[in-house]
Amino acid sequence: MNDVLDVTLRLLIVFVVFLTFPLIIGQTEHKVMAHMQGRLGPMYAGGFHGWAQLVADGVKFAQKEDIVPAGADRRIFQLAPAVALLPYLLVLLAIPIGPGEGAVGEVIDAGVFFVLAVMGVGVLGSLMAGWASANKFSLLGGLRTAAQLLAYELPMLLTAASVAMAAGTVSLPGIVDAFEWWWLPWQIVGAIVFFVAGLAELQRPPFDMPVADSEIIFGAYTEYTGLRFALFLLAEYAGIIVLCGLTTVLFLGGWHGPWGADGLGWVWTLLKTAILAFVVIWLRVTYPRLREDQLQKFSWTLLVPLSLAQIALTGVVKVVIQ
Amino acid sequence: MSLAVATATLTGRAAATAAQATTTAADTRGFLSPTGVEIAFLLVGLVTLGAAVVTVTTRQLVHAALWLVVALGGLAVEYLLLTAEFIAWVQVLIYVGSVVVLLLFGLMLTKAPIGRSPDADSGNRWAALTVAVAAAAALVWVVVDAFRTTWIDLDGAAAGSTAVTGASLFQSWVLPFEALSVLLLAALVGAIVLSRKAAADEQPTQPPRKERKEGAR
Repeated sequence: MNDVLDVTLRLLIVFVVFLTFPLIIGQTEHKVMAHMQGRLGPMYAGGFHGWAQLVADGVKFAQKEDIVPAGADRRIFQLAPAVALLPYLLVLLAIPIGPGEGAVGEVIDAGVFFVLAVMGVGVLGSLMAGWASANKFSLLGGLRTAAQLLAYELPMLLTAASVAMAAGTVSLPGIVDAFEWWWLPWQIVGAIVFFVAGLAELQRPPFDMPVADSEIIFGAYTEYTGLRFALFLLAEYAGIIVLCGLTTVLFLGGWHGPWGADGLGWVWTLLKTAILAFVVIWLRVTYPRLREDQLQKFSWTLLVPLSLAQIALTGVVKVVIQ
Repeated sequence: MSLAVATATLTGRAAATAAQATTTAADTRGFLSPTGVEIAFLLVGLVTLGAAVVTVTTRQLVHAALWLVVALGGLAVEYLLLTAEFIAWVQVLIYVGSVVVLLLFGLMLTKAPIGRSPDADSGNRWAALTVAVAAAAALVWVVVDAFRTTWIDLDGAAAGSTAVTGASLFQSWVLPFEALSVLLLAALVGAIVLSRKAAADEQPTQPPRKERKEGAR
């Protein structure tokens, strides 16, 4: 009975994190973007600096009519948001925020493979949405999504493999346990490549060609309304949490910090994740969107060679220090 | 609580193999009192088989690709039930995450109408069925013959953990592994060569970016 209670509690906590953290990121994005662009952002909902704006948005989305276009493939159209959202919930389950068994939803032996595999499945949701909408802009968005995923999953995998080599394990808690501070300069190239490739996989600016509003309206999500549209947005913000959490765990040492690591490790993890999420928002405000061919070129001629070089470096250092 | 390890080595094709081999295992180890894992294995096997059959019979091309996702995902669950965790995640990563995405990409790029495609049928149906049945039979025969009396203990340490898989791959099976990687490299180089030549003949203005990308997978 105790086991059942334990599992239920873990699942519940992960679920609550899954529902609240994306909202926090979203609200932060509203305010940070506004201030970076010299304006105030939402100020009225909830009274204090518009803190309840996203709750109000949620209520608005829930009230809207759920429209399925007449020419669309009904079932796939309706299923797509769930396929896009659920993988991130599963990935969140495997990210450790503190040392020990208690601070991770579920310890998975091949954690790195699990998170990358399941994150890749989320893209199927965008593809289904793009195809099933019976809209040429949606189809183009879906195509761009697929091309982007194919280009950017490789550098992500390679850099994750580099860390796994360094740590000698593919378990996420195991990798953080093995972390030393000098891994930071050692794996810095891999960290940057992983983070950039992850941004591209999430279709965040400057890699948001699949939803480029000036070219193809809103890509695969053009025909969506109401709650289903909100679910796609939620998937994007949950994806930011997952990407920043993963970068923290793989490259930034998770719960290790210069001081106060005993018992307060989870604060370090959350702090690093939050800083990375801020960087994600910052990048959105800073850089213009890449063109489709620039995007492909960027991955195949820059990120892939860099990640291969990182693997070589990791291997050499690993052999030398043994 | 044990299952035939035979089924753990199944490759892409055969959900049929999975279901069938489980029955064989249950026969020798008490068919009337199957454990929970065995029941789950059988049910997932049936779902996988069903999805695989729908994949090849449906007239809607994109639906076929999506049913393929279900079939491949079902296989991953079977691997998980047999404690081959590493293989299961690699299955999801490679097949669901990349191969099916590539397939959908190709479909969308060429012709993917919503609704039925009347020309989605082939006159080679019987030949294809013969080849498929022959291949499935050969696989079942080889696998059952090789692992007939081998059992894995589901209660003990995981027999398919990453450490175990890695050790056996790079100690006992390193030569086939390297041979396979050379084969894949050759296929990769071949794809690049083919796509470059085609582009040079027809349209020298367009770089063959897409073909190269597909080749790299």
